[in-house]
Amino acid sequence: MPYVLPGYLPILVFMVIAGVIAVAMVGGSLLAARQKPYPEKLSAYECGFEAFDDARRPFDVRYYLVAILFIIFDLEVAFLFPWAVSLGATRLFGFLSMMGFLGVLTVGFIYEWCKGALEWE
Amino acid sequence: MSFWDTDPGHLILVLAEALALLVPLLIGVAYLTYAERKVLAAIQMRRGPNVVGPFGLMQPFADALKMIMKETVIPSGANRALFLFAPMLTFGLAMIAWAVIPVNAGWAIADINVGVLYLFAISSMGVYGIIIAGWASNSKYAFLGALRSAAQMVSYEVSMGFVIVSVLLVAGSLNLTAIVEAQRTVWFCIPLFPMFIIFFISTLAETNRSPFDLPEGESEIVAGFFVEYSSMSFALFFLGEYANMMLMSGMTTILFLGGWLAPFGILPMLGPVWFVLKICACLFVFIWVRGTFPRYRYDQLMRLGWKVFLPASLLWLVITAGVLLATGTLPVPA
Repeated sequence: MPYVLPGYLPILVFMVIAGVIAVAMVGGSLLAARQKPYPEKLSAYECGFEAFDDARRPFDVRYYLVAILFIIFDLEVAFLFPWAVSLGATRLFGFLSMMGFLGVLTVGFIYEWCKGALEWE
Repeated sequence: MSFWDTDPGHLILVLAEALALLVPLLIGVAYLTYAERKVLAAIQMRRGPNVVGPFGLMQPFADALKMIMKETVIPSGANRALFLFAPMLTFGLAMIAWAVIPVNAGWAIADINVGVLYLFAISSMGVYGIIIAGWASNSKYAFLGALRSAAQMVSYEVSMGFVIVSVLLVAGSLNLTAIVEAQRTVWFCIPLFPMFIIFFISTLAETNRSPFDLPEGESEIVAGFFVEYSSMSFALFFLGEYANMMLMSGMTTILFLGGWLAPFGILPMLGPVWFVLKICACLFVFIWVRGTFPRYRYDQLMRLGWKVFLPASLLWLVITAGVLLATGTLPVPA
Protein backbone atom coordinates (compact mmCIF):
# COMPACT_ATOMS: atom_id res chain seq x y z
CA MET A 1 0.00 0.00 0.00
CA PRO A 2 1.43 3.40 -0.97
CA TYR A 3 2.07 6.01 1.68
CA VAL A 4 -0.90 8.35 1.32
CA LEU A 5 -0.14 11.27 3.62
CA PRO A 6 1.70 13.49 1.06
CA GLY A 7 -1.59 13.58 -0.88
CA TYR A 8 -2.98 15.68 1.96
CA LEU A 9 -0.35 18.42 1.64
CA PRO A 10 -2.61 20.62 -0.55
CA ILE A 11 -5.23 20.57 2.20
CA LEU A 12 -2.68 21.97 4.63
CA VAL A 13 -1.78 24.63 2.05
CA PHE A 14 -5.48 25.48 1.63
CA MET A 15 -5.88 25.81 5.40
CA VAL A 16 -2.96 28.21 5.58
CA ILE A 17 -4.23 30.31 2.65
CA ALA A 18 -7.80 30.43 4.00
CA GLY A 19 -6.52 31.40 7.45
CA VAL A 20 -4.29 34.13 6.05
CA ILE A 21 -7.11 35.58 3.91
CA ALA A 22 -9.59 35.53 6.80
CA VAL A 23 -7.20 37.12 9.30
CA ALA A 24 -6.04 39.68 6.73
CA MET A 25 -9.60 40.72 5.93
CA VAL A 26 -10.71 41.16 9.54
CA GLY A 27 -7.37 42.67 10.59
CA GLY A 28 -7.30 45.00 7.59
CA SER A 29 -10.76 46.24 8.40
CA LEU A 30 -9.83 46.77 12.06
CA LEU A 31 -6.86 48.87 10.94
CA ALA A 32 -8.53 50.74 8.07
CA ALA A 33 -11.84 51.68 9.65
CA ARG A 34 -12.31 54.25 12.39
CA GLN A 35 -13.27 52.50 15.62
CA LYS A 36 -15.43 54.60 17.93
CA PRO A 37 -17.20 52.35 20.44
CA TYR A 38 -19.44 53.56 23.26
CA PRO A 39 -21.53 51.53 25.75
CA GLU A 40 -24.86 51.83 23.89
CA LYS A 41 -23.33 50.70 20.64
CA LEU A 42 -21.69 47.75 22.33
CA SER A 43 -24.80 46.45 24.09
CA ALA A 44 -26.44 43.35 22.66
CA TYR A 45 -29.29 43.99 20.22
CA GLU A 46 -32.68 43.57 21.87
CA CYS A 47 -35.21 45.70 19.97
CA GLY A 48 -33.92 48.90 21.51
CA PHE A 49 -34.26 47.75 25.12
CA GLU A 50 -31.30 47.38 27.36
CA ALA A 51 -30.56 43.66 27.51
CA PHE A 52 -32.72 42.19 30.29
CA ASP A 53 -30.40 39.39 31.29
CA ASP A 54 -27.70 37.11 30.03
CA ALA A 55 -28.55 35.40 26.74
CA ARG A 56 -27.07 32.06 27.78
CA ARG A 57 -30.24 30.63 29.23
CA PRO A 58 -31.81 27.19 29.36
CA PHE A 59 -33.29 26.23 26.00
CA ASP A 60 -35.84 23.78 24.67
CA VAL A 61 -34.89 20.17 25.36
CA ARG A 62 -35.97 19.17 21.85
CA TYR A 63 -32.81 20.67 20.39
CA TYR A 64 -30.88 18.32 22.65
CA LEU A 65 -33.02 15.41 21.47
CA VAL A 66 -32.32 16.27 17.84
CA ALA A 67 -28.60 16.30 18.59
CA ILE A 68 -28.78 12.83 20.16
CA LEU A 69 -30.77 11.42 17.25
CA PHE A 70 -28.28 12.99 14.88
CA ILE A 71 -25.36 11.26 16.57
CA ILE A 72 -27.03 7.87 16.17
CA PHE A 73 -27.85 8.32 12.51
CA ASP A 74 -24.59 10.00 11.61
CA LEU A 75 -22.70 7.08 13.11
CA GLU A 76 -24.89 4.83 11.02
CA VAL A 77 -23.84 6.77 7.92
CA ALA A 78 -20.21 6.47 9.00
CA PHE A 79 -20.63 2.68 9.16
CA LEU A 80 -22.30 2.68 5.74
CA PHE A 81 -19.39 4.40 3.97
CA PRO A 82 -16.92 1.46 4.07
CA TRP A 83 -19.78 -0.99 3.57
CA ALA A 84 -20.88 0.77 0.38
CA VAL A 85 -17.47 0.70 -1.31
CA SER A 86 -16.74 -2.90 -0.37
CA LEU A 87 -20.15 -4.42 -1.10
CA GLY A 88 -18.82 -5.69 -4.43
CA ALA A 89 -16.50 -7.98 -2.46
CA THR A 90 -18.66 -8.92 0.52
CA ARG A 91 -21.81 -9.41 -1.61
CA LEU A 92 -24.81 -11.19 -0.05
CA PHE A 93 -23.16 -11.69 3.33
CA GLY A 94 -22.31 -8.00 3.60
CA PHE A 95 -25.76 -7.01 2.39
CA LEU A 96 -27.61 -9.18 4.90
CA SER A 97 -25.38 -8.14 7.81
CA MET A 98 -26.03 -4.47 7.09
CA MET A 99 -29.75 -5.11 6.71
CA GLY A 100 -29.73 -6.62 10.21
CA PHE A 101 -27.97 -3.53 11.55
CA LEU A 102 -30.31 -1.15 9.71
CA GLY A 103 -33.29 -3.17 10.89
CA VAL A 104 -32.34 -2.70 14.53
CA LEU A 105 -31.92 1.04 13.98
CA THR A 106 -35.22 1.26 12.13
CA VAL A 107 -36.99 -0.34 15.08
CA GLY A 108 -35.42 2.35 17.27
CA PHE A 109 -36.44 5.02 14.82
CA ILE A 110 -40.06 3.82 14.79
CA TYR A 111 -40.03 3.83 18.59
CA GLU A 112 -38.79 7.45 18.64
CA TRP A 113 -41.43 8.41 16.11
CA CYS A 114 -44.23 6.81 18.16
CA LYS A 115 -42.90 8.40 21.36
CA GLY A 116 -43.22 11.81 19.72
CA ALA A 117 -39.51 12.66 19.77
CA LEU A 118 -39.84 14.08 16.26
CA GLU A 119 -42.83 16.33 16.99
CA TRP A 120 -42.49 20.13 16.89
CA GLU A 121 -45.79 21.88 17.31
CA MET B 1 8.92 10.17 2.41
CA SER B 2 7.22 12.03 5.18
CA PHE B 3 4.88 14.97 5.21
CA TRP B 4 7.50 17.49 6.22
CA ASP B 5 10.39 16.82 3.85
CA THR B 6 8.42 17.77 0.76
CA ASP B 7 10.76 19.59 -1.59
CA PRO B 8 10.17 23.35 -1.90
CA GLY B 9 9.51 23.19 -5.65
CA HIS B 10 6.58 20.89 -5.06
CA LEU B 11 5.31 23.12 -2.29
CA ILE B 12 5.41 26.19 -4.55
CA LEU B 13 3.57 24.24 -7.26
CA VAL B 14 0.83 23.26 -4.81
CA LEU B 15 0.63 26.84 -3.57
CA ALA B 16 0.24 28.12 -7.14
CA GLU B 17 -2.44 25.51 -7.86
CA ALA B 18 -4.32 26.44 -4.70
CA LEU B 19 -4.25 30.14 -5.59
CA ALA B 20 -5.29 29.34 -9.16
CA LEU B 21 -8.41 27.75 -7.71
CA LEU B 22 -9.12 30.08 -4.79
CA VAL B 23 -8.75 33.43 -6.57
CA PRO B 24 -11.33 32.61 -9.28
CA LEU B 25 -13.46 31.08 -6.54
CA LEU B 26 -13.48 34.29 -4.50
CA ILE B 27 -14.24 36.36 -7.59
CA GLY B 28 -16.98 33.88 -8.42
CA VAL B 29 -18.41 34.29 -4.92
CA ALA B 30 -18.39 38.08 -5.35
CA TYR B 31 -20.23 37.78 -8.64
CA LEU B 32 -22.62 35.21 -7.22
CA THR B 33 -23.94 37.90 -4.87
CA TYR B 34 -24.31 40.17 -7.90
CA ALA B 35 -26.00 37.41 -9.94
CA GLU B 36 -28.38 36.70 -7.10
CA ARG B 37 -29.47 40.32 -6.90
CA LYS B 38 -29.86 40.52 -10.67
CA VAL B 39 -31.85 37.28 -10.96
CA LEU B 40 -34.09 38.17 -8.00
CA ALA B 41 -34.61 41.58 -9.55
CA ALA B 42 -35.57 39.99 -12.87
CA ILE B 43 -38.02 37.66 -11.10
CA GLN B 44 -39.61 40.65 -9.40
CA MET B 45 -39.53 42.79 -12.57
CA ARG B 46 -36.92 45.19 -11.19
CA ARG B 47 -33.54 46.17 -12.57
CA GLY B 48 -31.25 45.23 -9.72
CA PRO B 49 -27.86 46.89 -9.20
CA ASN B 50 -27.07 48.98 -12.27
CA VAL B 51 -25.23 52.08 -11.06
CA VAL B 52 -21.67 51.06 -10.16
CA GLY B 53 -19.85 50.29 -13.41
CA PRO B 54 -21.44 49.01 -16.63
CA PHE B 55 -24.62 47.04 -15.76
CA GLY B 56 -23.62 47.41 -12.11
CA LEU B 57 -20.75 44.95 -12.63
CA MET B 58 -18.51 46.69 -10.11
CA GLN B 59 -21.15 46.42 -7.37
CA PRO B 60 -19.50 43.48 -5.51
CA PHE B 61 -16.24 45.42 -5.21
CA ALA B 62 -18.03 48.54 -4.03
CA ASP B 63 -19.78 46.43 -1.39
CA ALA B 64 -16.49 44.88 -0.29
CA LEU B 65 -14.85 48.28 0.01
CA LYS B 66 -17.75 49.59 2.06
CA MET B 67 -17.56 46.57 4.38
CA ILE B 68 -13.84 47.09 4.98
CA MET B 69 -14.38 50.72 5.96
CA LYS B 70 -17.05 49.90 8.56
CA GLU B 71 -16.41 49.74 12.26
CA THR B 72 -16.10 46.25 13.79
CA VAL B 73 -18.54 46.27 16.69
CA ILE B 74 -17.83 43.63 19.31
CA PRO B 75 -20.65 43.57 21.89
CA SER B 76 -19.52 44.13 25.45
CA GLY B 77 -21.06 40.85 26.65
CA ALA B 78 -19.46 38.82 23.90
CA ASN B 79 -16.57 36.42 24.15
CA ARG B 80 -14.17 38.43 22.01
CA ALA B 81 -11.84 35.70 20.76
CA LEU B 82 -14.61 33.26 19.82
CA PHE B 83 -16.68 36.09 18.40
CA LEU B 84 -13.95 36.90 15.89
CA PHE B 85 -12.99 33.27 15.34
CA ALA B 86 -16.46 32.07 14.26
CA PRO B 87 -16.67 33.92 10.91
CA MET B 88 -13.09 32.97 10.10
CA LEU B 89 -13.94 29.32 10.72
CA THR B 90 -17.05 29.48 8.52
CA PHE B 91 -15.12 31.16 5.74
CA GLY B 92 -12.09 28.91 6.08
CA LEU B 93 -14.12 25.70 5.95
CA ALA B 94 -15.90 26.87 2.82
CA MET B 95 -12.46 27.45 1.25
CA ILE B 96 -10.56 24.31 2.27
CA ALA B 97 -13.29 21.97 1.06
CA TRP B 98 -12.37 23.00 -2.49
CA ALA B 99 -8.98 21.29 -2.19
CA VAL B 100 -10.43 17.95 -3.32
CA ILE B 101 -12.87 19.17 -6.01
CA PRO B 102 -11.84 17.81 -9.43
CA VAL B 103 -12.54 20.53 -12.00
CA ASN B 104 -11.34 18.28 -14.82
CA ALA B 105 -9.90 14.78 -15.20
CA GLY B 106 -6.82 14.75 -12.96
CA TRP B 107 -7.18 18.39 -11.95
CA ALA B 108 -8.06 17.74 -8.31
CA ILE B 109 -5.38 19.53 -6.29
CA ALA B 110 -5.57 16.97 -3.49
CA ASP B 111 -6.62 13.76 -5.25
CA ILE B 112 -7.11 11.84 -2.01
CA ASN B 113 -8.76 8.43 -1.99
CA VAL B 114 -11.45 9.46 0.52
CA GLY B 115 -12.59 12.64 -1.22
CA VAL B 116 -16.29 12.22 -0.48
CA LEU B 117 -15.65 11.53 3.18
CA TYR B 118 -13.49 14.67 3.39
CA LEU B 119 -16.22 16.81 1.80
CA PHE B 120 -18.84 15.30 4.11
CA ALA B 121 -16.66 15.98 7.16
CA ILE B 122 -15.87 19.56 6.19
CA SER B 123 -19.47 20.42 5.40
CA SER B 124 -20.51 18.93 8.74
CA MET B 125 -18.06 21.18 10.53
CA GLY B 126 -19.86 24.23 9.17
CA VAL B 127 -22.25 23.95 12.09
CA TYR B 128 -19.42 24.85 14.49
CA GLY B 129 -18.97 28.31 12.98
CA ILE B 130 -22.65 29.01 13.48
CA ILE B 131 -22.99 27.65 16.99
CA ILE B 132 -19.81 29.44 18.11
CA ALA B 133 -21.09 32.70 16.61
CA GLY B 134 -24.45 32.34 18.31
CA TRP B 135 -22.98 31.51 21.68
CA ALA B 136 -20.14 34.02 21.62
CA SER B 137 -22.43 36.93 20.68
CA ASN B 138 -24.28 36.65 24.01
CA SER B 139 -27.41 37.97 22.37
CA LYS B 140 -30.80 36.25 22.54
CA TYR B 141 -31.53 36.46 18.85
CA ALA B 142 -28.12 35.14 17.94
CA PHE B 143 -28.51 32.29 20.40
CA LEU B 144 -31.94 31.29 19.09
CA GLY B 145 -30.74 31.55 15.51
CA ALA B 146 -27.72 29.37 16.24
CA LEU B 147 -29.87 26.70 17.93
CA ARG B 148 -32.29 26.59 15.05
CA SER B 149 -29.53 26.55 12.52
CA ALA B 150 -27.60 23.77 14.23
CA ALA B 151 -30.71 21.59 14.59
CA GLN B 152 -31.64 22.19 10.97
CA MET B 153 -28.20 21.45 9.60
CA VAL B 154 -27.71 18.24 11.54
CA SER B 155 -31.21 17.04 10.60
CA TYR B 156 -30.60 17.34 6.89
CA GLU B 157 -27.06 16.08 7.09
CA VAL B 158 -28.31 12.60 7.91
CA SER B 159 -30.36 12.23 4.74
CA MET B 160 -27.49 13.78 2.77
CA GLY B 161 -25.26 11.06 4.19
CA PHE B 162 -27.62 8.32 3.00
CA VAL B 163 -27.79 9.88 -0.46
CA ILE B 164 -24.00 10.01 -0.66
CA VAL B 165 -23.75 6.37 0.41
CA SER B 166 -26.14 5.32 -2.37
CA VAL B 167 -23.94 7.15 -4.89
CA LEU B 168 -20.93 5.31 -3.45
CA LEU B 169 -22.74 1.99 -3.94
CA VAL B 170 -23.15 2.71 -7.63
CA ALA B 171 -19.71 4.25 -8.15
CA GLY B 172 -17.77 1.86 -5.91
CA SER B 173 -15.20 4.44 -4.83
CA LEU B 174 -14.74 7.34 -2.42
CA ASN B 175 -12.47 9.16 -4.83
CA LEU B 176 -14.25 12.06 -6.53
CA THR B 177 -12.47 11.57 -9.85
CA ALA B 178 -13.50 7.92 -9.87
CA ILE B 179 -17.09 8.86 -9.06
CA VAL B 180 -17.22 11.20 -12.05
CA GLU B 181 -15.58 8.59 -14.30
CA ALA B 182 -18.23 6.08 -13.20
CA GLN B 183 -20.83 8.35 -14.80
CA ARG B 184 -19.43 7.89 -18.34
CA THR B 185 -22.41 5.75 -19.39
CA VAL B 186 -25.15 7.65 -17.57
CA TRP B 187 -25.17 10.53 -15.09
CA PHE B 188 -26.30 9.40 -11.65
CA CYS B 189 -29.15 11.90 -11.60
CA ILE B 190 -31.07 9.54 -13.92
CA PRO B 191 -30.86 6.15 -12.15
CA LEU B 192 -30.88 7.81 -8.72
CA PHE B 193 -33.40 10.52 -9.55
CA PRO B 194 -35.28 10.54 -6.19
CA MET B 195 -31.95 10.71 -4.36
CA PHE B 196 -30.90 13.61 -6.57
CA ILE B 197 -34.00 15.57 -5.56
CA ILE B 198 -33.52 14.75 -1.86
CA PHE B 199 -29.86 15.76 -2.09
CA PHE B 200 -30.59 19.05 -3.76
CA ILE B 201 -33.29 20.02 -1.25
CA SER B 202 -30.98 18.97 1.59
CA THR B 203 -28.24 21.23 0.23
CA LEU B 204 -30.71 24.11 0.37
CA ALA B 205 -31.29 23.31 4.04
CA GLU B 206 -27.58 22.77 4.74
CA THR B 207 -26.65 26.18 3.39
CA ASN B 208 -29.55 27.83 5.27
CA ARG B 209 -30.99 29.06 2.02
CA SER B 210 -34.61 29.87 1.44
CA PRO B 211 -37.13 28.28 1.74
CA PHE B 212 -35.20 26.90 4.73
CA ASP B 213 -33.67 30.20 5.87
CA LEU B 214 -35.32 30.09 9.29
CA PRO B 215 -32.04 30.62 11.13
CA GLU B 216 -31.90 34.03 9.50
CA GLY B 217 -35.67 34.64 9.56
CA GLU B 218 -35.52 38.43 9.23
CA SER B 219 -39.10 38.93 10.32
CA GLU B 220 -38.81 37.03 13.60
CA ILE B 221 -35.23 36.75 14.83
CA VAL B 222 -33.81 39.63 12.75
CA ALA B 223 -30.75 37.90 11.27
CA GLY B 224 -30.29 34.93 13.57
CA PHE B 225 -26.79 33.94 14.52
CA PHE B 226 -24.99 36.86 12.88
CA VAL B 227 -27.18 39.66 14.20
CA GLU B 228 -24.30 41.14 16.22
CA TYR B 229 -21.77 41.03 13.41
CA SER B 230 -20.64 44.02 11.43
CA SER B 231 -17.93 45.01 9.01
CA MET B 232 -15.53 42.36 7.72
CA SER B 233 -16.54 39.69 10.22
CA PHE B 234 -20.05 39.96 8.79
CA ALA B 235 -18.65 39.86 5.28
CA LEU B 236 -16.81 36.63 6.09
CA PHE B 237 -20.08 34.95 7.08
CA PHE B 238 -21.60 36.23 3.89
CA LEU B 239 -18.72 35.00 1.74
CA GLY B 240 -18.71 31.70 3.59
CA GLU B 241 -22.41 31.20 2.94
CA TYR B 242 -22.05 31.90 -0.76
CA ALA B 243 -18.89 29.82 -1.08
CA ASN B 244 -20.81 27.01 0.61
CA MET B 245 -23.57 27.38 -1.94
CA MET B 246 -21.00 26.98 -4.68
CA LEU B 247 -19.45 24.02 -2.89
CA MET B 248 -22.81 22.29 -2.53
CA SER B 249 -23.53 22.94 -6.21
CA GLY B 250 -20.11 21.47 -6.97
CA MET B 251 -20.95 18.39 -4.90
CA THR B 252 -24.28 18.01 -6.71
CA THR B 253 -22.45 18.32 -10.01
CA ILE B 254 -19.84 15.72 -9.10
CA LEU B 255 -22.19 13.22 -7.50
CA PHE B 256 -25.13 13.48 -9.89
CA LEU B 257 -24.49 15.63 -12.93
CA GLY B 258 -21.35 13.98 -14.23
CA GLY B 259 -18.78 16.57 -13.14
CA TRP B 260 -16.72 17.67 -16.12
CA LEU B 261 -18.25 15.11 -18.50
CA ALA B 262 -19.84 16.73 -21.53
CA PRO B 263 -23.58 16.23 -22.02
CA PHE B 264 -24.19 13.95 -25.05
CA GLY B 265 -20.45 14.05 -25.74
CA ILE B 266 -20.57 17.63 -27.07
CA LEU B 267 -17.10 19.23 -27.06
CA PRO B 268 -15.60 16.83 -24.48
CA MET B 269 -12.31 18.78 -24.42
CA LEU B 270 -14.04 21.65 -22.59
CA GLY B 271 -14.27 19.74 -19.30
CA PRO B 272 -13.76 22.64 -16.88
CA VAL B 273 -16.21 24.79 -18.85
CA TRP B 274 -18.90 22.13 -18.51
CA PHE B 275 -18.11 21.80 -14.83
CA VAL B 276 -18.52 25.53 -14.25
CA LEU B 277 -21.67 25.67 -16.37
CA LYS B 278 -23.25 22.85 -14.37
CA ILE B 279 -22.38 24.63 -11.12
CA CYS B 280 -23.94 27.81 -12.50
CA ALA B 281 -27.10 25.92 -13.42
CA CYS B 282 -27.37 24.59 -9.84
CA LEU B 283 -26.73 28.05 -8.42
CA PHE B 284 -29.41 29.49 -10.65
CA VAL B 285 -31.88 27.00 -9.18
CA PHE B 286 -30.78 28.08 -5.68
CA ILE B 287 -31.64 31.69 -6.52
CA TRP B 288 -34.78 30.75 -8.43
CA VAL B 289 -36.06 28.82 -5.42
CA ARG B 290 -35.39 31.84 -3.24
CA GLY B 291 -37.38 34.05 -5.58
CA THR B 292 -40.30 31.64 -5.77
CA PHE B 293 -41.02 29.80 -2.52
CA PRO B 294 -42.27 31.17 0.81
CA ARG B 295 -40.35 30.28 3.95
CA TYR B 296 -41.06 27.02 5.75
CA ARG B 297 -42.31 26.86 9.32
CA TYR B 298 -39.94 25.25 11.79
CA ASP B 299 -42.16 22.23 12.52
CA GLN B 300 -42.63 21.67 8.77
CA LEU B 301 -38.88 21.83 8.32
CA MET B 302 -38.20 19.23 10.99
CA ARG B 303 -41.03 17.03 9.72
CA LEU B 304 -39.64 17.10 6.20
CA GLY B 305 -36.12 16.27 7.38
CA TRP B 306 -36.86 13.51 9.89
CA LYS B 307 -40.16 12.01 8.74
CA VAL B 308 -39.89 12.27 4.97
CA PHE B 309 -36.29 12.53 3.80
CA LEU B 310 -34.72 10.22 6.37
CA PRO B 311 -37.03 7.21 5.81
CA ALA B 312 -37.20 7.85 2.06
CA SER B 313 -33.45 8.05 1.58
CA LEU B 314 -32.85 5.03 3.82
CA LEU B 315 -35.41 3.00 1.89
CA TRP B 316 -34.01 4.03 -1.45
CA LEU B 317 -30.50 3.17 -0.27
CA VAL B 318 -31.63 -0.36 0.63
CA ILE B 319 -33.43 -0.68 -2.73
CA THR B 320 -30.34 0.53 -4.59
CA ALA B 321 -28.11 -1.96 -2.81
CA GLY B 322 -30.61 -4.77 -3.34
CA VAL B 323 -31.06 -4.08 -7.05
CA LEU B 324 -27.32 -3.78 -7.65
CA LEU B 325 -26.73 -7.04 -5.84
CA ALA B 326 -29.58 -8.89 -7.54
CA THR B 327 -28.56 -7.80 -11.05
CA GLY B 328 -24.87 -8.44 -10.36
CA THR B 329 -23.93 -4.87 -11.41
CA LEU B 330 -22.05 -3.97 -8.22
CA PRO B 331 -18.66 -2.42 -8.91
CA VAL B 332 -15.93 -4.77 -7.66
CA PRO B 333 -13.32 -2.98 -5.52
CA ALA B 334 -9.86 -2.94 -7.04
